[in-house]
Amino acid sequence: MSAAAAPAHAAATLRPGAPAPTTPDARVAGAMKGFAREIGALSAFRLESCIHCGICAEGCHYYIATEDPQYTPIWKVEVFKQAYKREASPLAPLVRLLGFKRAVRADQLEQWQHLLYDSCNLCGRCSLICPMGIDVTALIEQARSAMFEAGLAPPALYHRAAHQRETGQPEATAEPLREQLQAIGERFEVPLPIDQDAADVMLCVSRTDIEHYPAAVAALARLMQHLGVSCTFRSAALVAENYGYYAGAKDWQGEISRRLIEQAIACGARTLIIPECGHAYTALRWEAADLYGGPLPFEVLAASEFLAAELAAGRLKLRRAAGPTVTFQDPCQLARRGGVEAAPRLLMQAMGIDLREMKNHGAFGFCCGGGGGVINIASARPLHYRTMETKMHEIEAAGGEVLLTSCSDCRYTFDDAQAHFPGAKAPASLLELVAQHLDDQRAPAGKPA
Amino acid sequence: MDLLAFARGPALTIALLVFCAGVLWRIVGFALLRIRAERSRARASFAKSAIEGLLATLTRSWPHREFIARTGAGEALGYSYHLGLFAVVLLYVPHIEFLGSLLGFTWPGLPSTVITALSVLTATIFLGVLFRRVTNPVMRMLSNFDDYFSWVVTMSVLVTGLATSAHFGARYETLLAIHILSVDALLIWFPFGKLMHAFYIFPSRAINGAVLARKGAAS
Repeated sequence: MSAAAAPAHAAATLRPGAPAPTTPDARVAGAMKGFAREIGALSAFRLESCIHCGICAEGCHYYIATEDPQYTPIWKVEVFKQAYKREASPLAPLVRLLGFKRAVRADQLEQWQHLLYDSCNLCGRCSLICPMGIDVTALIEQARSAMFEAGLAPPALYHRAAHQRETGQPEATAEPLREQLQAIGERFEVPLPIDQDAADVMLCVSRTDIEHYPAAVAALARLMQHLGVSCTFRSAALVAENYGYYAGAKDWQGEISRRLIEQAIACGARTLIIPECGHAYTALRWEAADLYGGPLPFEVLAASEFLAAELAAGRLKLRRAAGPTVTFQDPCQLARRGGVEAAPRLLMQAMGIDLREMKNHGAFGFCCGGGGGVINIASARPLHYRTMETKMHEIEAAGGEVLLTSCSDCRYTFDDAQAHFPGAKAPASLLELVAQHLDDQRAPAGKPA
Repeated sequence: MDLLAFARGPALTIALLVFCAGVLWRIVGFALLRIRAERSRARASFAKSAIEGLLATLTRSWPHREFIARTGAGEALGYSYHLGLFAVVLLYVPHIEFLGSLLGFTWPGLPSTVITALSVLTATIFLGVLFRRVTNPVMRMLSNFDDYFSWVVTMSVLVTGLATSAHFGARYETLLAIHILSVDALLIWFPFGKLMHAFYIFPSRAINGAVLARKGAAS
């Protein structure tokens, strides 16, 4: 079984100023370098532990939708398993001597681009199903890093990562993001503190929200105002998303995270709040400290997590109001990979929402299909829509009148799918709903932590 | 030296040496790789993560409710032949006597008729496992020499054991020698292939469980 052919885009994926891995040998050398850099005892153990049972396929929505074996999650790292066993495992000399594993070829790497980027959302469902307990998703992340070093990150992710590394935002905009933020504040008549010298909380923004869902940005600001939180955006580090993470560019991911970290330190923030964006949460909450080289001197919280804590502390007062029934889409990086499963439900409960859960929800929910940068890759769209069918059926069966989520990429993915799935529900933001349910009659008590 | 003496003498000694050295090397090999420090702020304490990790060694044996419909049959097949193998290896009286001579203590076994029935059942399930591996597109794609050779080595122990207990096809001593040689072969192959999962499965589950628990994520 071979992977689907991937578009060749060698020149487009070269790193500025870096040696160009355009020849087959250079591609393989780059991949092996990236792979060797990422491999550690934990990854080696994961690679060694696989018993080829194929059960991970049953957790993956790409396999479930297509029944195409190439979408088996562990198969997506097969070339790197091959490389590990031949080059780095305890039995590597014997494996080479007996010819059990061939050297990885450049054409294999090119074929695997489709499996590692177009057909994986890094959603982590496969990691929950593996009977050996292998975190397959962590292996796929590392394989992406090797692909990036080979010059095989998809252009859509590569260029955004490169741009974000250089400028702090993944794409050029006609108007600077700072001005766009100010305009959102004026339009929604809410103060958006920017570049305060000191603040307890630093806020950042999802680029998707600025572009498509400005009300979500205003909602976050309104909630901060209501809670009386000393907070600020920092124009030098506004964007929460990290395209270095999507592309597998570990160095760039670190640089992009560092920009936010340094700004949070500069304003003395004790908390960095991630807006509704699952992958931004993973990149900053779980991976940033490792790339930064030490513990972060502030805590990183998802917006829903922060609000649930405020609710529990009695500082956030929400009105209970009869409204439409709701089905909630758990963002994978929050609910499954990040442990933020209860927080949105506590908020919904406080608002008196009648929640109609999907068959697979919480840590076991299916990805919206847009995660892992897939929503940015145009060539992945046909497969992406096919894969979304599982999710769309579950949403329909759950029966909520409103589809709610706490991730702007999930939201954008469902919005984008509207044309493809006639009658599909338009998604809404949990953050915006919370802001609409603020109990303005009751003053918040005390300052937040 | 006759075949039986060879099988349970020098052959077994060499097989055990290869087994012990190989297993040790496969495990020490990880220690030679670096272990990355986790620098993010943990959601759960080290103790809680460790306990969750240990619990995961058990809880991963049973698929999550959400997955049972898709994986239950395959997992039941897999676990049933493992249980059959354990029962036959550890509860057959001649095996207990042999292991007792090495360990210095023994334990109660099952009647040989029960063991024979279990062996036949286990071998049948094991055939089913092979059938599934070659007919299931995912498993066929993932499979390599290691999968098939490990199957052959394990099955040969089961079949020769059955033949020996049934005195089928040759003198008992010859059959026993062949059975012990098949065990020697299994011990020699063990550290080179997927049979190592016997040593990896619980640490693997525990580590992943602890890593996820540290984040407060489901495992």
